[in-house]
Amino acid sequence: MWLNQLWFVLIAVLWIGYFVLEGFDFGVGALLWIVGRDERGRRVLINTIGPVWDGNEVWLLTAGGATFAAFPEWYATLFSGFYLPLLIILVCLIVRGVAFEYRGKGDSDKWRRNWDLAILVSSWLPALLWGVAFGNIVRGVPLDAGHNFTGNLFTLLNPFSLMMGATTLLLFLTHGAIYLALKTTDEVRARARSVAVRAGGAAVAVMLVTLSWEQGIRGSAVSAVVAALAVIALAGAWWLTRRGRDGWAFLASAVSTLLLVVGWFAALHPAVMPSTTDPAGTLTLTSAASGHYTLVVMSWVALALVPFVVAYQAWSYWVFRRRISTRQMPSSPTRASTTHPTTDLTDLTTPRDRVSG
Amino acid sequence: MDSLALARWQFGITTVYHYLFIPISIGLSLFIAILETGWVRTRNVKYLRAAKFWGKLFLINFAIGVVTGIVQEFQFGMNWSNYSRFVGDVFGAPLAMEALLAFFMESTFLGLWIFGWDKLSPRLHVACMWLVALGTSASAYFILAANSFMQHPVGYRIDPVTKHAKMTDIGAVLFQKLQIYTFAHVILACVLTGAVLVTGVSAWFLMRKRDIDIFRPCLRIGLVGMLIGSVAVLISGDLQAKVMTDVQPMKMAAAEALYNTSQPASFSVVTVGTLDGAHEVWSIRIPDVLSFMATGSFGGKVEGINDVQAQYTQLYGPGDYRPDVPVTYWMFRLMVGAGLVLLVVSIVGLWLTRRGRMPTSKWVWRLAMLSIVGPYVGNASGWVFTELGRQPWTVVGLFKTADSLSPNVSAGEVLTSLIVFTALYGVLAVVETRLFVKFAKAGPISEKEALDSVTLRPPDDPDDVDNADADEDPADSERVLTFAY
Repeated sequence: MWLNQLWFVLIAVLWIGYFVLEGFDFGVGALLWIVGRDERGRRVLINTIGPVWDGNEVWLLTAGGATFAAFPEWYATLFSGFYLPLLIILVCLIVRGVAFEYRGKGDSDKWRRNWDLAILVSSWLPALLWGVAFGNIVRGVPLDAGHNFTGNLFTLLNPFSLMMGATTLLLFLTHGAIYLALKTTDEVRARARSVAVRAGGAAVAVMLVTLSWEQGIRGSAVSAVVAALAVIALAGAWWLTRRGRDGWAFLASAVSTLLLVVGWFAALHPAVMPSTTDPAGTLTLTSAASGHYTLVVMSWVALALVPFVVAYQAWSYWVFRRRISTRQMPSSPTRASTTHPTTDLTDLTTPRDRVSG
Repeated sequence: MDSLALARWQFGITTVYHYLFIPISIGLSLFIAILETGWVRTRNVKYLRAAKFWGKLFLINFAIGVVTGIVQEFQFGMNWSNYSRFVGDVFGAPLAMEALLAFFMESTFLGLWIFGWDKLSPRLHVACMWLVALGTSASAYFILAANSFMQHPVGYRIDPVTKHAKMTDIGAVLFQKLQIYTFAHVILACVLTGAVLVTGVSAWFLMRKRDIDIFRPCLRIGLVGMLIGSVAVLISGDLQAKVMTDVQPMKMAAAEALYNTSQPASFSVVTVGTLDGAHEVWSIRIPDVLSFMATGSFGGKVEGINDVQAQYTQLYGPGDYRPDVPVTYWMFRLMVGAGLVLLVVSIVGLWLTRRGRMPTSKWVWRLAMLSIVGPYVGNASGWVFTELGRQPWTVVGLFKTADSLSPNVSAGEVLTSLIVFTALYGVLAVVETRLFVKFAKAGPISEKEALDSVTLRPPDDPDDVDNADADEDPADSERVLTFAY
């Protein structure tokens, strides 16, 4: 039984990894026009997440795969039940990934504008829909005795879940803006900070309402404390941004995201998918789980691999830890390393740069 | 069409589409790693320029391969939830391992490879591409282990209460004989695919006499890869066929449209028959060869469709256990035919370009470019063959396709997603092809550009590491990124 608990925790960890990491890259994508403003600014934004967004997204694939392996019933109920929202999320993830890669590979302004629009829409929608999805998981959905979802799309669009969607959306906008403040310079940074302050204020208010509501629906003393801390952390992020402490602010918004997810799982426990209709439909840690043998095998695999994954992903963040500025943008995205026509560029051949490997 | 037919079409379309890009990713990543290693070891800039050129084409492909892979993982739960419930205990494990061991590796190190030219030492940088190549292959291994379980379930028992499969032996699932041969066959086909692409694109440049110093070595490496790949694909396919005959006699019989058990059995090169395949109108046959393919002996007995059908009826109760014979038969022929054609092309190509020779005739180059179609035909028909040949089962002998559907998903929903994916994939195919051609035609970057891009910059500068406020350094923030979107 404790193995089921362990896997419940591990899946929570994977979702935390996903929302903390992809949360800010959703935010960056969603702020493309607001913070990026002009072509150079938008390119700065995309380059701040360029090396890492793909690795961030894998946390979702791993969460999905791990749920399939450890809680197949949960996976089956969730993915078939949330069919249309997941379809929209899938389309967004497809378009988004391709857009990052292809945006800079065309010649015309129109080409880039279209991909910008694609990045924008495909960042806003999942940021909203993931909140809606988890709002529904926590709130419970109509399930029959065979654990099959019996509602429709409109069952999922209930006020509480929509509020949860607004919460994740505002949270990710704030998280992304703070990340941008941390990773950019000059005017882009200034715009990012002003957005972080405005979105952050709204996020704190909405999160406070939603998480109180969540406690009304389901929850324990633990989930109440966690929810309170999530709101406090977000308020802290807002305050730290105003004081110009970008690094600490980012840590605080990451912690708030982490606590939001912990709160969901704490409220759910020991159910994984509560039923609002037939109580026999509720899936729990025990009824949704794989056999003992599979859990043992997967535990060893996770134990052996997760530290490596965390280590090399952390290393990749370390390698790309520098701030990016508009002055660093090459004149054309398809030609990266040629000299720059404008005058705001310093001489590239200063001796210190010529350290050859 | 009902949900079942729609969901099957969706699975077929999304899988075949996904698999148009995967072999290129696997094959090219290996090829780029080899070229970049050449650069690191010899310091000859032509290898660097070549690695960067193929790298760009690789990325254009890789993007679509990755994003369409997400659909594959989600689809099991969305359209096939009863299947997921039945088999998740066994099938989910390799899928989760794939994400943990392979997806994280390829995405993280690819990010480092793309943006790290000026931030990592050359050795570390090429190591990133080797890890990407390793990651893509590991990914193939795990997903094929899951697929091999569907073809030949091992290492499980059926839970008496839930009637679901429970895993009892992970070693059996990951290392069963069928899986080993299948993986070898598939990975070699990926190498072959990459090699054909390299050969075809190089031929385009050589026909125009552009960048000969770069594309002649690429062409030769491509042709050698093609020769080794096609021979190895044929051998591994043959070994796989013997295991397949053993564990899935119906699939082998259908591949040959062999209705009655024969000993020895002749191989049908081409057979034209009635629509149900049961009666032959005209055919070309080679005596005894099918016996060898199936059993390893020229006098071996090969079971026919009718006999396997009778056995299965006894084992599993009344029902139709025959896959769609004409489709299976022709897909098998397309797959093997593509492999044989590529073998011939590689031999001819190596002969024509031996010892520094270069053919002048344009049609030779055009033919080399045309051969790019070959692996796509082979890969796609191979998958259609192996998945259709498994019908009517999702897990052979245990679980039927008709029982695998999500009971609560309407035909309308499946149709919606089918239309959305097909339309989206269609648009992406057009965009991808146009970009691929554009960047292929643009050719490699100049020597200066290539060397500029690998000049190390901070934070690798040792003088700079201790500088706490380093990222505020104004000079540093004005340096152009050597790789930027």
